[in-house]
Amino acid sequence: MALILNGDAELWAIVLLSLKVSIFAVLIAALIGMPVGAALAVARFPGRRAMIVLMNALMGFPPVVVGLLVYLMLSRSGPLGVLELLYTPTAMIIAQVVLVTPIVAALTRQVIEMLAEEYSEQLRSLGVSRLASVPVLLWDARLALITALLAGFGRAIAEVGAVIIVGGNINHVTRVMTTTIALETSKGNLALALALGAILIGIAIAVNAMVSAVSLRAEQEGLRHA
Amino acid sequence: MIRNFLRAALLSLGLAAPAFAEEPFIVVQSTTSTQNSGLLDYILPGFEAETGIDVRVVAVGTGQAIRNAVNGDGDVLLVHAKQAEDQFVADGWGVERFDVMYNDFVLVGPKSDPAKVKGGADIVAALTAVAEAEAPFASRGDDSGTHKAEMRHWTAAEVDPTAASGAWYRETGSGMGATLNVASGMDAYVLTDRATWQSFGNRGNLEVMVEGDPRLFNQYGVILVNPDKHPRVRAAAGQRFIDWLTGPDGQAAIASYKLDGQQLFFPNASGS
Amino acid sequence: MRDMLCDTASSLFVRNLRVVRNGKALLNVSRLSLDGPGPTLILGPNGAGKSLLLRCLHGLIEPDQGRVEQDGTPLTDRHKAQQAMVFQQPVLLRRSVAANLDFVLKRQGLPRGARKLRIESLLAEGGLEGKARQPARSLSGGEAQRLAILRALALDPETLFLDEPTSALDPNATQMIERMILRASSRGVRIVMVTHDIGQARRLAADIVMMQGGHVVEHGLAKQVLNAPQSDAARRYLAGGLVT
Ligand SMILES: Nc1ncnc2c1ncn2[C@@H]1O[C@H](COP(=O)(O)OP(=O)(O)O)[C@@H](O)[C@H]1O
Ligand SMILES: [Mg+2]
Repeated sequence: MALILNGDAELWAIVLLSLKVSIFAVLIAALIGMPVGAALAVARFPGRRAMIVLMNALMGFPPVVVGLLVYLMLSRSGPLGVLELLYTPTAMIIAQVVLVTPIVAALTRQVIEMLAEEYSEQLRSLGVSRLASVPVLLWDARLALITALLAGFGRAIAEVGAVIIVGGNINHVTRVMTTTIALETSKGNLALALALGAILIGIAIAVNAMVSAVSLRAEQEGLRHA
Repeated sequence: MIRNFLRAALLSLGLAAPAFAEEPFIVVQSTTSTQNSGLLDYILPGFEAETGIDVRVVAVGTGQAIRNAVNGDGDVLLVHAKQAEDQFVADGWGVERFDVMYNDFVLVGPKSDPAKVKGGADIVAALTAVAEAEAPFASRGDDSGTHKAEMRHWTAAEVDPTAASGAWYRETGSGMGATLNVASGMDAYVLTDRATWQSFGNRGNLEVMVEGDPRLFNQYGVILVNPDKHPRVRAAAGQRFIDWLTGPDGQAAIASYKLDGQQLFFPNASGS
Repeated sequence: MRDMLCDTASSLFVRNLRVVRNGKALLNVSRLSLDGPGPTLILGPNGAGKSLLLRCLHGLIEPDQGRVEQDGTPLTDRHKAQQAMVFQQPVLLRRSVAANLDFVLKRQGLPRGARKLRIESLLAEGGLEGKARQPARSLSGGEAQRLAILRALALDPETLFLDEPTSALDPNATQMIERMILRASSRGVRIVMVTHDIGQARRLAADIVMMQGGHVVEHGLAKQVLNAPQSDAARRYLAGGLVT
């Protein structure tokens, strides 16, 4: 605890990098996952069911496997080796995007599909086409979608298996909270590992507080789904 | 084109700065023992100050470090598994192998010492006693340099501990630190490099049982990843690091690193 | 019924309409004109097919046979755009009261200033002044239904369909909504409204369509149907309705 309170600069740099990487990953995952999820909720095409099943399966994909796949892509002997992204924060963002996008897409689909059911006749009555209904639904589901993004952020920031493979846990470059915890635990340095664990739990609590604040607001505004 | 775009986009986000910083850097694939012991944190600032080259260390098991280097994901390999290193060079992945330093392994175990091996200096006799007593033994079980060394000693003792896998012989499949945590938790014997042991903070009931056997000698080598195989290898900077590490400055730095007053690594580069 | 045609510019007509589900005809209406001199109220017991008919008229359901005609041609998208519908359960967007109205006005391409003025006058029309900023989903049942009607009126529809809009409301809220409907009717909006409330039919209807079992059993001027029903089904329904 003293470590946290003393505001050790190195420690805070690690916390900051963790936050940066995961926030960017979630933003990118939102840009990809939300339209995909909404499209799956609204559009009807062959293979849609299969895509939903696949997406739900990807939600539970083991991070280590994701890390390995991203490593194979970014390795100098992999197809994207020329980008020289391995062992950079960007590589960690990519791995987290792969982990989080299915979560965002799957939750978006669920939320939008429920809302679409409620809205569909009314929107058709107002002459809104299926395609034009997507932004309407996304906007009206905004609070539930924020909750989905926070869930994705929770998964991203607490993840270690993928980022340690593609980031390499390099001091001052790609060392984030979870990889530091892994390293310090392996050194038997349990105090520092626990201090970082406490910060991570603090972040988890903050995220959950935000989720419940969002839900409360939804309740007050009658935005809950029927 | 794409790369420039990415770089600009990421730089603007303040994220890629460490990755694309103008200061030159090399990636060293190394083992957890060099990093966890604190040796690299101690000696690298000297090199970085002298050359302006940032050394980025990826610390994994020896086996994985070599595989990563084969893929070209590193400029320099610094590990301790001589046979595998020679193979790496023979296969053309590395340019040339140089001795850097050695440390030694120790057998640690619980103070209660159920196999009665404390104070001995014969690792093979000690392992035989552990097997006979069926005393708990934690093994890396991860194909690392330490694991390979351990298996050599079992072979010499004519014991196949994997027959007792899951019983008294426990394979953690993880790094040295994680395996020490397991041993500390279950009062098991475990073979560890002295450096990791010396800096390990969670010893519990464990203490050194057997040390000083010449067969516990642990040689580190350094190799430049072959730029003929991977053109993007930062060969010049990597070679500079190797020259420094095996030269007088690097060797002196290694010798001067002490933990709790004890020297952990002994430089023995042939050039010095 | 053609003879009941009055000053409405266009005609709305149902020809040989059949909706079949699972081999059962849920709706079977051979001829029905919806061009009465004032509000047309559709009356009948639960399950009579009233909502189904309304959805067909609005083009939300494609009939299995027959068609709905406006001005002598099958219903087109342009026709549908001149219709609006208020559902039994108001479906309000999860936005403010004003934003619910703005959503419709924006789609009509009205400039910002005009939309603002229009929203103000609509809110006044529905007695929702001062509620513009309130989240629509936090309105009371009566307020929510009034907003749903205002949003429908914001489309400037030629025809307004209402499906039991007051069935869940108290007498006071019901009265406010009935007044809004009568005002719209007097402005020339064709009103086609489903109800199971005979009193409401008496208060609002110019003509009444009685339905049962997917059929139109009687259609005539309100006074005539309510006071001297011709069919047994209508007589029974009115008798039962009057008792309760
Ligand atoms: N999509 C559907 N599939 C099968 N049956 C339906 C469907 N929609 C309505 N029905 C049936 O059609 C009948 C008429 O329904 P409805 O028009 O809602 O009655 P109401 O007159 O009470 O509004 C009911 O028996 C209802 O169960
Ligand atoms: Mg109905």
